[in-house]
Amino acid sequence: MSENILEVKNIETYYDKVRALHGVSFEIQKGSITTILGNNGAGKTTVLNTVLGLLDDQPDKGTILFNGKRIDGKDTEKIVGMGIGYVPEGREVFDELTVKENLQVGAFLRKDSKGVKSDMEKMYEYFPVLRDRANQQAGTLSGGEQQMLAISRALMNRPKLLLMDEPSLGLSPALVKMIFEIIPTIRDEGITVVLVEQNANMALKVADFGYIMENGRFVTSGSSKNLREDEDVKEFYLGIKLEESVKGEQRYKRKRRWG
Amino acid sequence: MLTQLIISSLVIGSIYSLMALAMSITYKASEIPNFAQGEMAMISTFVTFVLLNSGGLSFYPAILITILFSFCLGLLLEFIFLRRAKDPTPLSFIVITIGFQLMLYGIAGWKWGSDQRQINLPFSESKVIFQNDSVAITELNLATLVIAVAVLFLIFLLVQKTKLGLAMKACQQNVNASRMNGIPSDKILAISFGISSVVGTIAGVLVAPIITLDPSMMWDPLLKGFAAAVLGGMKSLYGVVIGGFLLGIIENLFGFYISIEFKSVVAFAIIVLVLYFKPSGLFDKHYVRKV
Repeated sequence: MSENILEVKNIETYYDKVRALHGVSFEIQKGSITTILGNNGAGKTTVLNTVLGLLDDQPDKGTILFNGKRIDGKDTEKIVGMGIGYVPEGREVFDELTVKENLQVGAFLRKDSKGVKSDMEKMYEYFPVLRDRANQQAGTLSGGEQQMLAISRALMNRPKLLLMDEPSLGLSPALVKMIFEIIPTIRDEGITVVLVEQNANMALKVADFGYIMENGRFVTSGSSKNLREDEDVKEFYLGIKLEESVKGEQRYKRKRRWG
Repeated sequence: MLTQLIISSLVIGSIYSLMALAMSITYKASEIPNFAQGEMAMISTFVTFVLLNSGGLSFYPAILITILFSFCLGLLLEFIFLRRAKDPTPLSFIVITIGFQLMLYGIAGWKWGSDQRQINLPFSESKVIFQNDSVAITELNLATLVIAVAVLFLIFLLVQKTKLGLAMKACQQNVNASRMNGIPSDKILAISFGISSVVGTIAGVLVAPIITLDPSMMWDPLLKGFAAAVLGGMKSLYGVVIGGFLLGIIENLFGFYISIEFKSVVAFAIIVLVLYFKPSGLFDKHYVRKV
């Protein structure tokens, strides 16, 4: 039996008066890579932000358990301190700090300076380009380098669970490949990974499990192998056309079985 | 004569630098220009005065207690007033700081009246420690300069070399990303206000013997400090300090060579000119994100 590191039960999140999540539940198995797929505005980032407590007074309803302990309603700093790392959408590195300082910020909660140093070396081994740029301001890095920095920064706190929000956003295919190659390595370090993606193809290749979100709900889930063979997923997320239609728009008319 | 002018410029400039640095610390942290800065320093200087006169303490314990008091005053402003603001905009924050300023001003006026008082520092204004044909440096001049430079240096060490400084810089740039990395941004902001209040207080205590101690004593240093901060670039700690010294020099040279009556107008002319030609200030090397 595998344990769940994260259990989200029926959470509802509001932006002001608009409900963005309509009762979302899911579990993340310890040591797995789980991907959450969905279109723009489906609520993927909202799920991560809610788990991390970044939205004030949210979730409105529901519970979030991390390693069996409730974390909903706690401060982000506390949640991060318990062992959840976050790689935000759009990188959000500290532009005016150097690469090294960015990594030090990532290790803010740690007290063992020796361990921090050796972890920094490890990050430089994962992404050698960061070593070359160690004393450069992060704002001068390219998008791909910033993404590597954001991932390294989150790893510096030695999280048990790493939430990654669209690490492939705006990167060239070669860089996307590189970023996705590091994800299994991270998992092999004993870190559970949750990967929110639009790039369903890449994400399902690397993940063990997948959830699919639409309009603030989880509509389907399963092992990524099953999802890759699911006809709807194939058509709507992997872009494999099943039927040749005369009119282009007919494609959209086909009813999804969920939803 | 010029040497003497430069020396007195540096002395008053060090006060401006401290005030500018105090404003810059909180401005960087929160984008709020804290208009209560001067009154917070004034109240703290009165605390020193009371401890020295009625409390019968000697100078060093008194100044230690004052520093502690002003640190708490900074925390108080952030914790009780700014943090409670609902749906705050920069304007509402500014109004809160002005409200806090008027409150402190009112309290000081009620408690101590508008009498001008004398505060006795252990550094004398009449004791000359260096003198030749053209230059005279008093003990007070030297102490002011040395203490101010030491405080500036300590603040730089704090910001550049400590974990707290790193956290402050991180929060200044991106509050959300800081929280994602486990930095308690609220606490860091409160501490920033505390530190800035201490820096302002040191300026207040140092300037008190030069001007006299009364509730409106910090108006001028605050406005000059603000001008210095604008001149140097509000967001550059180095910039505001250089701005402070520069303003001291410009003001004194203007007062001596051009017009003593218009001396205090110089600072405001500088604000206007800087905002007109280089709104980011002379030394602000703010990283601009490419779109």
